[in-house]
Amino acid sequence: MKNTRISLFLVLPAIIISFAFFLLPIVQLFKVSVVEGNGISYWNILTQPMYLKSLLSTVGLSTFVTFVSLVIATITGLFLTRYEFWGKQVLIAMLSFPLAFPGVVIGFFVIMLAGRQGLFAQIGLALVGERWMFAYSMAGLFLGYLYFSIPRVVLTVMGAAEKLDQNLIEAGRSLGASRWQIFCDVTVPTLRPGLISSGSICFATSMGAFGTAFTLATNINVLPMTIYTEFTLNANFAMAAALSLILGLVTWVCLGIAKRQGAASVGMGG
Amino acid sequence: MTDKTNSVEITLKNITKTFSDGTLALKPTDLTIKAEEILVLLGPSGCGKTTTLRLIAGLEFADSNGGSINFGDKNVTELPIEKRKVGMVFQSYALFPNMNVSENIVYGLKVRGIDTAVIDHKLAEMLKMFDLEKYAKRGVHQLSGGQRQRVALARAIITEPDVLLLDEPLSALDALLKARLRGDIRTLLKSLGITAVYVTHDQEEAMAMGDRIAVLDHGEIAQIGSAKEIYLQPKNAFVADFIGQMNRFEGNVIDAQLVLNTGKKIPLSSEALASSNANETLSMMLRPEDIRLTKVTDEQHALTGIVSSSVFLGDRTRVTLEKVQKEGKVIVDCFQRIEYPSGQIVALSFESKHLIPLQG
Repeated sequence: MKNTRISLFLVLPAIIISFAFFLLPIVQLFKVSVVEGNGISYWNILTQPMYLKSLLSTVGLSTFVTFVSLVIATITGLFLTRYEFWGKQVLIAMLSFPLAFPGVVIGFFVIMLAGRQGLFAQIGLALVGERWMFAYSMAGLFLGYLYFSIPRVVLTVMGAAEKLDQNLIEAGRSLGASRWQIFCDVTVPTLRPGLISSGSICFATSMGAFGTAFTLATNINVLPMTIYTEFTLNANFAMAAALSLILGLVTWVCLGIAKRQGAASVGMGG
Repeated sequence: MTDKTNSVEITLKNITKTFSDGTLALKPTDLTIKAEEILVLLGPSGCGKTTTLRLIAGLEFADSNGGSINFGDKNVTELPIEKRKVGMVFQSYALFPNMNVSENIVYGLKVRGIDTAVIDHKLAEMLKMFDLEKYAKRGVHQLSGGQRQRVALARAIITEPDVLLLDEPLSALDALLKARLRGDIRTLLKSLGITAVYVTHDQEEAMAMGDRIAVLDHGEIAQIGSAKEIYLQPKNAFVADFIGQMNRFEGNVIDAQLVLNTGKKIPLSSEALASSNANETLSMMLRPEDIRLTKVTDEQHALTGIVSSSVFLGDRTRVTLEKVQKEGKVIVDCFQRIEYPSGQIVALSFESKHLIPLQG
């Protein structure tokens, strides 16, 4: 009995924090989005092109970033696990670098690369006499997101690949399977839980990334930027609240599915 | 499927393997495995048995020093495993965890693009042959060790390989199951008539499985022959010690006897005498089961020892003797139900033809 009381006492901070920083704000957001918006905020998101486009382009961009990150990082992760070479540790350290940078800095990197004075602009100027610039476009945003997504997947893939039983690959080869067949039938299923969980983290991060978007998205509306604009510039609190909830919902659903899928394949992997 | 396959002879000529760190894993080796033969590669860990198997499999490639590996007339030295038509069973079974029993078994046929009807027919045959029909749709993690082992075997032979390679396939199982399965595997391999190479570190398993056994030591074949040859005529101390228990006697040849450093004497056979000179130092080996003990009261007999311990092992009693020689003990297996208390003086007797001269 006494133990139960102590346990309750111990769990209290967690309850207070989740109420204060999660449940209450959500309820408040919902209230604002419905009451102040006269209940039409959500309808507006779906009918007004500006909001709908913002939502769809953010989901599209995040999906594409996730997909490309998974492809690049799987190849890189497998390579780094399988081969030993000079400078490997330095390369791994460099690959995990982006995890240490805030989004604004990554946005700045993209500007350095593809902005008006960037590397690409200089090359373009030298070659064809015009500046190649894409920092302030979807392409620039994509590059920035990719930059901070890849290390998340690479490190997960490396962890999973190290556990991959080499005998499985050898068994596949002895049965006459080509390297590609083994990759599809043996390697990918083994990496699947890791790919799903790191992929969903990539997606969620890309959906909500603000720093990079704030630095680069002068001409594009991604959801976090739209929320910011509605809130600070237009003082449209209802719309900002509705958009926030939608953003949260999409991310939460994605993480939920990923968790179930990941857990299912872990179970399947025995 | 149970029809005899076109089995091939495997020939290794001057095959050497050096690892990238400079370790010589296999010294220049010649080895012929006859068609339909089961050859067991036996030895302690690090002796080169698994390396030899992986070289035959095509998972490793031999040093480029002109050596060759042939399957029948076909030179496979440069071919990777995918092109060699070998079936392989791994110690860990290496079943694909994301596939069920049936999917595992047919994988080799599926990747070859074989017609579905043929695959289904062969699968049914395999499931029946290995008594796995009930488990066809089960996930492999739901199977017991013995069942996994059967799936691994079925998967390896469904493609009708020229050669079957087994890398310690029973070492993950308990002793009882092991003993039963090695009989089953041998019967299966013989009914398939397939050339097989079987790696193990277990001498009993080697003797039960192999038509011939190659004992490997430090990257070379120490001896190759039938179980009987290896047990009864070991070529050197390593083979003698690795297969079963062995006693060693060392002394000088005086008056047709081997005189030990305790002054005790062992009569030598005429063959042993013919190949040795008087006063020469000689080593002789003797199996524990070839010695008989008689309780005596004093040490006046030619060859006596004192019991230091005795252990009842069910079918025999293993008696350890001291003071036969100055160093080392003598182990004797007694099959009669006689108690030998510690401190008991015993006389040793045996037929001199059972003495094995030690060379090298």
